[in-house]
Amino acid sequence: MARMTGAQMVLEGLQREGVEVIFGYPGGVVLPLYDTLPQYPGIRHILVRHEQGAAHMADGYARASGRMGVCLGTSGPGATNLVTGICTAWMDSVPVFALTGNVSRTLLGKDGFQEADITGITHSITKHNYLVMRPEEIPLTIREAAHICRTGRPGPVLVDIPKDVFQESAEFDWPEQVHLRGYRPTYEGHAGMIRRAAELIDQARRPIIIAGHGVIWSDAQDELVALAEKAEIPVITTFLGIGAFPEAHRLSYGWLGMHGMFYANMAADNADLVIGVGMRFDDRAMGRFKDFNPGVKIIHIDIDPAEIGKNFPTAVPIVGSAKNVLPRLTEHVREAKHTEWLQWIDQVREEHPSLHIRESRRMLPQYVVRTLYEETEGNATIVTGVGQHQMWAGQHYFYKRPRQLISSGGLGTMGFELPGAIGAQVALPDAEVWAICGDGGFQMTMQELAVVVDENLPLKIAIFNNGYLGMVRQWQQLFYDRNFVAVAMTQPDFCKIADAYGIRAIRVETKAEVAPAIREARAHKGPILIDFMIDQEENVWPMVPAGAALSETIEAPAEELAR
Amino acid sequence: MNPSLNGHHPRKRANYHTVVAIVEDKPGVLMRVASLFRRRGFNIESLTVGHSEMPGLSRMTIVVDGDSAPVEQVEKQLYKLIDVIKVSDLSQEDIVARELAMIKVRCNNVNRHELLDIANVFRADVVDIATNSIILQVVGDEDKIDGLIKMCEPYGIRELSRTGRIAMVRGTKTTTVHEPEPERIARIHQTQGRRVEGDLPFSSD
Repeated sequence: MARMTGAQMVLEGLQREGVEVIFGYPGGVVLPLYDTLPQYPGIRHILVRHEQGAAHMADGYARASGRMGVCLGTSGPGATNLVTGICTAWMDSVPVFALTGNVSRTLLGKDGFQEADITGITHSITKHNYLVMRPEEIPLTIREAAHICRTGRPGPVLVDIPKDVFQESAEFDWPEQVHLRGYRPTYEGHAGMIRRAAELIDQARRPIIIAGHGVIWSDAQDELVALAEKAEIPVITTFLGIGAFPEAHRLSYGWLGMHGMFYANMAADNADLVIGVGMRFDDRAMGRFKDFNPGVKIIHIDIDPAEIGKNFPTAVPIVGSAKNVLPRLTEHVREAKHTEWLQWIDQVREEHPSLHIRESRRMLPQYVVRTLYEETEGNATIVTGVGQHQMWAGQHYFYKRPRQLISSGGLGTMGFELPGAIGAQVALPDAEVWAICGDGGFQMTMQELAVVVDENLPLKIAIFNNGYLGMVRQWQQLFYDRNFVAVAMTQPDFCKIADAYGIRAIRVETKAEVAPAIREARAHKGPILIDFMIDQEENVWPMVPAGAALSETIEAPAEELAR
Repeated sequence: MNPSLNGHHPRKRANYHTVVAIVEDKPGVLMRVASLFRRRGFNIESLTVGHSEMPGLSRMTIVVDGDSAPVEQVEKQLYKLIDVIKVSDLSQEDIVARELAMIKVRCNNVNRHELLDIANVFRADVVDIATNSIILQVVGDEDKIDGLIKMCEPYGIRELSRTGRIAMVRGTKTTTVHEPEPERIARIHQTQGRRVEGDLPFSSD
């Protein structure tokens, strides 16, 4: 054991937890920590331009790499600015470790300058959080927090440390093991339940697998493919589950939900057995709960017992990680063929292709995504914001591997795109990362362009610029009688903004320019921004209107197809 | 009649569940539990907290309205809190459930005897007496306490304080935690101040 300051203990602890990058922003009370940073050259600090960006970058870093992402903010506004990012990670179960400073212990609770009760504020959006009141507690706290963050169902944690605790010295006593009586994730899956699930699968005539984000986080893509192939079960994914199953596979039928594929929604709604793996039967995926596929039996595999039975009654609950449960399930199920069932879904897909892009002289956003898919041969990592462009990116790019699509699904955080993509590019420096941005969301966090330049990231930024908050405009058009309020936006010249940061930029105004621009961006070594002036009034189809059932999925109306 | 007492007529308890949670005795635990119930929309009828037989562990007895949420969800959500170690739903168990109440009743020299008679029937103790009031202390299940309150109402209840329910399973079965922490971890938890003495800022509990 060695004597260290609290600040040294924090960095020593993070280093022992394998942390290599911190996305942060300095301020008064974390100065002792910043003063100590140069002593830990193994930890790279990336200076963001707003703490929300730090949290999203840590999130994008974690989603792209599967490792824990770390963000850091000062007390008060620094800490509260992290909140949106922490909540984004919370809703999507992403291991983000948020570190904040707070005012000195004697000032706590006295409404001192830049004081905020950040542990109180983040109780409901973290797996756990800590206010560390003594330097001796730091090693155990860092160890426990990191353990909670990335085990079981991953999720954000927050550690709040008063300034004088950073400064005080104590013995560094690193606990080798973590012992938390109240935290024992179950990984294995109950043998009896797995046998019962196998029996149900053997009996089913129209089984379907719905794969979610949990398959990606437990790294179980191969195990999922093995089960699907042995019992010939069609696979659809949730939006966050995109990439959990290769979309080119013959058993892949896209993803379901509000803007999922028509045939995926119909398959889920007509199955006699749903096997939910690492997903949470969310309303955006399942439509109106009470009218989802009456009579269906549900097998639910999830590492979080609280998700099972939360929204739907479950015939067979299996608490465990997909990585462990799926191979044992595969072992127990009989080889089977579901020819008729697959033909039925194929038939629906033929009649309602959903992903067909119509011929048009306009620059359709779907066409831009599809061209990007073709030009990158489906290999790029795609990070999106939230809204229409997000749905088109999910629909018209075809994903082959887990962690290839990174997007804020649960919280739906506009502004995630740029910082999320920066985090992903930091995690994967050699990968081709495209930030697909909405023109609205981009302006929420575009100050992070400075980080792209600082770190010289080869990030490709594509703005889907229709001059509208497109998804809101779509809802106003469809459900509010075309009463367009507060959705048209005067956009700045995004190319000039990129210029101002020293980033190359291309404006694309016609369909013919799309492919050449993408080629030019790919050939360019550094960061580049493309401002795609897409068709302004294109809508996302198919669609399950809010509050409707999956069986009520509607497709593009004829007049829109004629545009 | 004092309108604030209208709520104390016997309530429908058909779907009330008694849940016992053994939790770490740490700052903020009560807030975590209360905040969980609030955000998930689980209605709390009563909640009591105190020390348990294990040092470092508190025992919470929560009476929850089963109509507001399935009790299974309540249990599972409680388990998600890191500081919650064990949760038991006592609804199907044979339990002893008790509550304590103090009732300050208006009285005078003329009717004090009547009140003492009533107290006697309910085995309530007189813990304070003054010229114009008397404090009765009663222990029992909610029905008994409701009964005494009803009998006191005509005299005028000046003040009422109830603890909420605590409960225990009859017989040898327990809801306790049988797993002490390993010595080294217990030492870290104790010597490194995981149970900090004195008040902490923000400790809403």
